[in-house]
Amino acid sequence: MVPFAGYSMPVQYPAGLMAEHHHTRTAAGLFDVSHMGQLRLVGADAAAAFESLMPVDVIDLAVGKQRYGLLLNEAGGIMDDLMFIRREADIFVVVNGACKVADITHIQASIGSRCEVIPMPEMALLALQGPQAVTALSRLAPGVEKLVFMTGGHFVVNTGTQSIPVFLTRSGYTGEDGFEISVHHTQADALARALLAQPEVKPIGLGARNSLRLEAGLCLHGNDIDAGTTPVEANLLWAMQKVRRTGGARAGGFPASDSILAAIDSPAPGSRKRVGLVALERVPVREHTVLQDLNGQPIGEVTSGLLGPTVDKPVAMGYLPVEFAALGTRVNAIVRGKIVPMEVAAMPFNPTHYFRG
Amino acid sequence: MTLKFTPDHEWLQLEDNGNAIVGITVHAQDALGDVVFVDLPEVGKSYAKGEVAGVVESVKAAADVYMPIDGTVTEVNEALRADPALANSDPQGAGWFFKVTVANRAQFDELMDDVAYTKFSDAA
Repeated sequence: MVPFAGYSMPVQYPAGLMAEHHHTRTAAGLFDVSHMGQLRLVGADAAAAFESLMPVDVIDLAVGKQRYGLLLNEAGGIMDDLMFIRREADIFVVVNGACKVADITHIQASIGSRCEVIPMPEMALLALQGPQAVTALSRLAPGVEKLVFMTGGHFVVNTGTQSIPVFLTRSGYTGEDGFEISVHHTQADALARALLAQPEVKPIGLGARNSLRLEAGLCLHGNDIDAGTTPVEANLLWAMQKVRRTGGARAGGFPASDSILAAIDSPAPGSRKRVGLVALERVPVREHTVLQDLNGQPIGEVTSGLLGPTVDKPVAMGYLPVEFAALGTRVNAIVRGKIVPMEVAAMPFNPTHYFRG
Repeated sequence: MTLKFTPDHEWLQLEDNGNAIVGITVHAQDALGDVVFVDLPEVGKSYAKGEVAGVVESVKAAADVYMPIDGTVTEVNEALRADPALANSDPQGAGWFFKVTVANRAQFDELMDDVAYTKFSDAA
């Protein structure tokens, strides 16, 4: 167990990180991610208000659909990344545990006059991930199998002894098919036990959560992106829908939108960009490892890195000047004083298996 | 068969030819978790006791492997390099790291025996 975002959380269960990682890729893994922040935005102006804080399209999101969002500060830095889904009566938001207090304060201060911002500390969050997640969950909650990736709805999980109301989305942080299940904390234990009683399901710790998300090319806030990183540097332009970009119907109107749109429209030479990296030798390259060009000049740094258990090679994310960001570009990582050659590589490192119907 | 242990959680076993086989202990691999990478010393290179001779890296952490005695490396375990998980599955057998000459027998003799090491690692 380790302290994490004010919670005591397991790095691994007795099976160990590697076994947990493989189990999630081949069967189904259960993650207790109750440390994450949950909140609701309520009111007729909620979507427009929330959109003023992020470079993403909130207004046009249909009921039942989920989207990835980026909370930006005044300098255009990523305060947090989050998931939100439009529901009939509100927008339901899940933010990172380490950022949730600051996020809620920021959202309340920025748009609290335009909509109700309702933190949901009474809710726990369980993630069930892996190719057999749908088999296990639909046994207890028939109907969930009809959801497609990045949609959600209200369901009842029947544990055999009780019926537990949940709100769940078909999404996650592993690159696999799966669900994130919001449940009242008084019923979280019963729900977790019912899921763990399914033959496909094993508990998974923070360690495998990290290796799974990195193989899937997903950012970890605090490592790969932070308040000093813009969405452009973070190479997260896919998260910025056209409607919010230059020429879009609702272009701009988010924090630092002028500088961010300018950086998209005319990239500055030498600006840094998040890239995927694969080591050409079997040496794990960890976060904070310095990256050099082939002449030995320091040009960047690794922000996450490990030996990917599924891809079976050392994979990493890091920042390089845009001139070095093309796929296949060779750079050197300096690991314990020795050169480890790396190559800029496409992400995800492991193909994703989302259920799109 | 003389087996000795260091405070850095390495074991040494004396071979018939007088050289020592070196690896990490069961306790060490337990603390590290799944080992995914090892860096081994150079064959033919001489080391002083306490010098960094290699690295063992798990999913959780990277740790230096120290040369437990003065000596010259005679062989490294290429099978371990290819399959670092051997350090978990058989740490005191197939998961050995390297072999080294014993330049100073007194250094070897003053290392912990299994009783002393068990006491030491239980306290750790």
